[in-house]
Order: sequence, then structure tokens, then C-alpha cells
Amino acid sequence: MSMFRIFEVSGSAVAAQSQRLNVVASNLANADTVAGPDGTAYKARQPLFETVLMDKRQAGGRPLDAAVGVKVSTVTESQAPGRRVFDPKHPGADAEGYVTYSNVNPVEEMVNMISASRSYQNSIEVMNTARNLLQKTLQMGQQ
Amino acid sequence: MIHRLTGVLDWPSQALELRSERQRLIASNIANADTPGYVARDFDFASALRQASGQTQGGWQLPRPAGLQGGFERDGPRLQYALTAQNSLDGNTVDMDRERASFVDNALKYESTLRFINGSVRSMLDAMKSHNQA
Repeated sequence: MSMFRIFEVSGSAVAAQSQRLNVVASNLANADTVAGPDGTAYKARQPLFETVLMDKRQAGGRPLDAAVGVKVSTVTESQAPGRRVFDPKHPGADAEGYVTYSNVNPVEEMVNMISASRSYQNSIEVMNTARNLLQKTLQMGQQ
Repeated sequence: MIHRLTGVLDWPSQALELRSERQRLIASNIANADTPGYVARDFDFASALRQASGQTQGGWQLPRPAGLQGGFERDGPRLQYALTAQNSLDGNTVDMDRERASFVDNALKYESTLRFINGSVRSMLDAMKSHNQA
């Protein structure tokens, strides 16, 4: 029954989106982190999604199963320069009196968060619909 | 004899199979809504059902349009790639509005196919009952 595959497909999407939410949470938590003694502050992270085939078997050079899930392939660090603020009294200030903050852009992260949470909700809804349909299929032929 | 009884269920069961296949395909599209470079896929349900039911012996034969060639693929319906109304920067072509609409549409049609099957089963059961049974 191919319907059961929907749970694997949507389950992988839910897992990937929750990892994305996790990364957003970590970025937002570190939005105001200043550079340590080594001079580098926290760098914003971003997960990269990748399509993954649910069934490895092939027939005639093409995959037997059309279902594809999603997974997080890598988490990359943004290489944008961190925000520098002139504040000589700050304990984290460098020799020139500048404090280097992390390069997290809170607006970008909030947008990312909403997008992740909407995609998460979509996948949950897909699973709910599949569950309802399967339940009705199980009752096939009954009064 | 039993083939006569169940033959009427062949075509709806194939439709149900294809509906669940399409449901899974749309679920894949929705799952990959944020994957860079993913190209949304779908298939033409009517022609897929025509190809699938043309193969069976007992099922109903749907009229085949003159211009359409046979060429039924054994391993499932022919998948086509979706085009987008608005291109996105990362090459992803999943249109969430369309996918959600197709998903609900397909779920509803899956359910109605189920009801057709249930109806056929009920009429068969009614035919099997003796006349003095309620």
C-alpha cells in the first residue's frame, strides 16, 4: 500500500523543518553575542535541504518509487562580516575600541522561522489527511 | 462466476491505486517545498487510468481517444514536471497553492472512489441475501 509511504515522506519533511527551526532558535539566541578573545563572533547558521529517494531500487534506469523525502544535507555558516560597534568602555572591545557582534540578522531569522513553521504545519496536515484516508480504506466494504 | 462478481471492482480499485499514488506524489512535492532545485512532479490522472485499465481483461474499458498511443508503462504512470507561474531564485518549482489544492482535490476523489467501491460491495451483499432476510 503506497499510502503508508506518505508518513515516511512527510515525516522526513517534519524532521528537516524542525531542525531548521532549531537552527533559527540558535541563531536568534546568539543574535547579540559579542566576539570572544579570539576576535570571531558567532556566525549565523543555515541548513541546506536535499531531496532524498525513499526507495533505492531501480527499474530500467529510473527509480521504482516516485516518493521523495527531504533531509538536511549540511549546515553552513554565513561568512558575512559581523556588526562592529564603537564602544571603548565595553569589556569585549578590541584595541581600537570596537566590539564585534555576531552576523545574525534577526529579521531574516524571523522570516525563516515563519517559513519553517508553515512548512511544518503543511506536512502535519498532509499526514492527517493520509491517516483519515487510510482509516476509511480500512473500513472498506463494511456497513 | 466469482470473477463476474468482482470484475466490477477492478476499475475502481485501479482508480484508487492511482489516487493513492498521486497523493504520495503531492506529499513529496509538499515535503520538498523548501529544497533548492527541486522540480515539482505530477501526472495526468485521466490518461494514467486509461492506460492502467486498458491493460486488464475484466475491468471496464474506457473509450480511448483516437490521437492517444498505447505505450503503457509497467512501472507506474508517466510523471510530468510542473511549470511555475513565478520563478524562485533557488530553482524550486513547488507552487504551494497549487499543491495544496491538488492535495485536497485528490483526497476528496480518493474518498469518493472508496464510496463507489463500498456501494458496489453493498449491492453485491444485498444480491446475496435471501428474500426473507431484512
